[in-house]
Amino acid sequence: MKDFPFTEKKDTRSGFGAGLLELGRTNPNVVGLCADLTGSLKMDAFQKEFPERFFQVGIAEANMIGLAAGMTIGGKIPFTGTFANFSTGRVYDQIRQSVAYSGKNVKICASHAGLTLGEDGATHQILEDLGMMRMLPHMTVINPCDYNQTKAATIAIADHEGPVYLRFGRPVIPNFTPADQKFEIGKALMLNEGTDVSIFATGHLVWKAILAGHILAEKGINAEIINIHTIKPLDAEAILKSVAKTGCAVTAEEHNRFGGLGDAVAQVLIANTPVPQEYVAVNDTFGESGTPDQLMEKYGLTENDIVAAAERAISRKSK
Amino acid sequence: MNPHNKSIEELKDIAAQVRRDIVRMVHAVNSGHPGGSLGCTDYFVSLYFKVMNYSTDFKMNGEGEDLFFLSNGHISPVWYSTLARAGFFDVKELATFRKLNSRLQGHPATEEGLEGIRIASGSLGQGLSVATGAAQVKKLNKDNRLVYVLMGDGEVEEGQVWEAAMYAAHHKVDNIIATIDLNGQQIDGSTEEVMSLGSLRAKFEAFGWTVLETSGNNFETLIPSLEQAKAETGKGKPVMLLMHTEMGYGVDFMMGSHKWHGVAPNDEQLEIALQQLMVKHASDY
Repeated sequence: MKDFPFTEKKDTRSGFGAGLLELGRTNPNVVGLCADLTGSLKMDAFQKEFPERFFQVGIAEANMIGLAAGMTIGGKIPFTGTFANFSTGRVYDQIRQSVAYSGKNVKICASHAGLTLGEDGATHQILEDLGMMRMLPHMTVINPCDYNQTKAATIAIADHEGPVYLRFGRPVIPNFTPADQKFEIGKALMLNEGTDVSIFATGHLVWKAILAGHILAEKGINAEIINIHTIKPLDAEAILKSVAKTGCAVTAEEHNRFGGLGDAVAQVLIANTPVPQEYVAVNDTFGESGTPDQLMEKYGLTENDIVAAAERAISRKSK
Repeated sequence: MNPHNKSIEELKDIAAQVRRDIVRMVHAVNSGHPGGSLGCTDYFVSLYFKVMNYSTDFKMNGEGEDLFFLSNGHISPVWYSTLARAGFFDVKELATFRKLNSRLQGHPATEEGLEGIRIASGSLGQGLSVATGAAQVKKLNKDNRLVYVLMGDGEVEEGQVWEAAMYAAHHKVDNIIATIDLNGQQIDGSTEEVMSLGSLRAKFEAFGWTVLETSGNNFETLIPSLEQAKAETGKGKPVMLLMHTEMGYGVDFMMGSHKWHGVAPNDEQLEIALQQLMVKHASDY
């Protein structure tokens, strides 16, 4: 099992803020919109340096999505910023009609996704956003794993013509991917080659998958770990290539077990190579208040949960 | 410069032709929304044949042109007919309205690439936001053309309209002319019965808009009102034109009733309607 050294822990939302600031300097068409959460989204540096290209919308997310759709018409590339809950469920119809169906080049950037939002509780801990966004035709769905990757993804989506949902979060986590990485939309990243089980992880669960890989190695299990930062379009080729070798799969995501990465991978597997698959995901429930670590443990999203899922998947392989 | 710039006499003739198209389109598929379409015909004809600056060589970005957005997308028949008559696409294509594989979807869409349309609409309340965003980018791009948007009166029951109204005033989006079609009707009855709107003038003025009022079924008042609205742009406030129309205008048995909001005429009713919509130089598709 490979080591993934890191020098610091950082939040993925700060990676978004850094990427947006860089885009401001390199792409004059990039504009930012925020619904009264500029500091939380780390959009303040962009706002300060490019005030004429930043639009404070106030607490009016539906309007923000419509404004962004309209701004694309004159050639701008709008990046909207608010919490994941208010970026999706609250404005699903606006995204559906004015952005996705209309094919508008809007980047919906969503922070504080999932349980790791923590103490604010279930009203803000959206666990259904990946599913909602995946279901929309034309939508690209991205959930990067650390600060560097979120920054790289933010920069990459500006060059992608079409609507994108970019999901990131609040907690500080190991920043282990290279600072100079090139982010390729739709291209899964091999982290550790293995032969016994394929672990497909996204977002904050990628680091937990790495931790799980070490525990599994101590048990003599050689896990293949793949970072699925793009959930749509899904890198089916990488998934099928991996399970052809390992014969079973685990999916890991900070999301409801319905509609997210697990279901996306399952669709690929059942249509091509049906192999045992185990889900590490929230079991169709809402979250609650607590620290991020407490919540990840209570709702089954730790490295130990990935280990257990891997062992179950392996045990189900046909002998 | 408007590519047509017709006289009022000519506008009346075009409006009658557009109304003929509307009743024939909804009759052909026994579905669609004739009432609001007929009521807003004179507004559409005024914009596309007199008031707006645009090119029929359609470009999505609309650089250097006035833009129009239809927020109450269900009155698509009047828009489709006006666009065709203005030269965006062949009038024969009106015969495909609401049929399989058509670019003329029940509600306007960009997916099929119909010239003249820049955003999908149908789910109500979104157009003012879109138009405001487009208007702000015109300013950012130093493009001094205007953005027009039409909404229904029942539509302003949607909360997003007021989010956009607050935003446009706060950000001094003064290159937008929004119009509300005040026909007083919505699907379940009159707006008074369903959800009384109160004074939209007072409401929009309180939100920081310049508010004008006009009749929407009379070119002699509508054209000067639209010109007045243009004159009010650039003064730091968004402009609202409250336009009083009669639903179903031009066809006597459709006038003034919410019953024709989303119902098509039968064969006999179509013939009566067409007899009432006489055109000097009829050119039915």
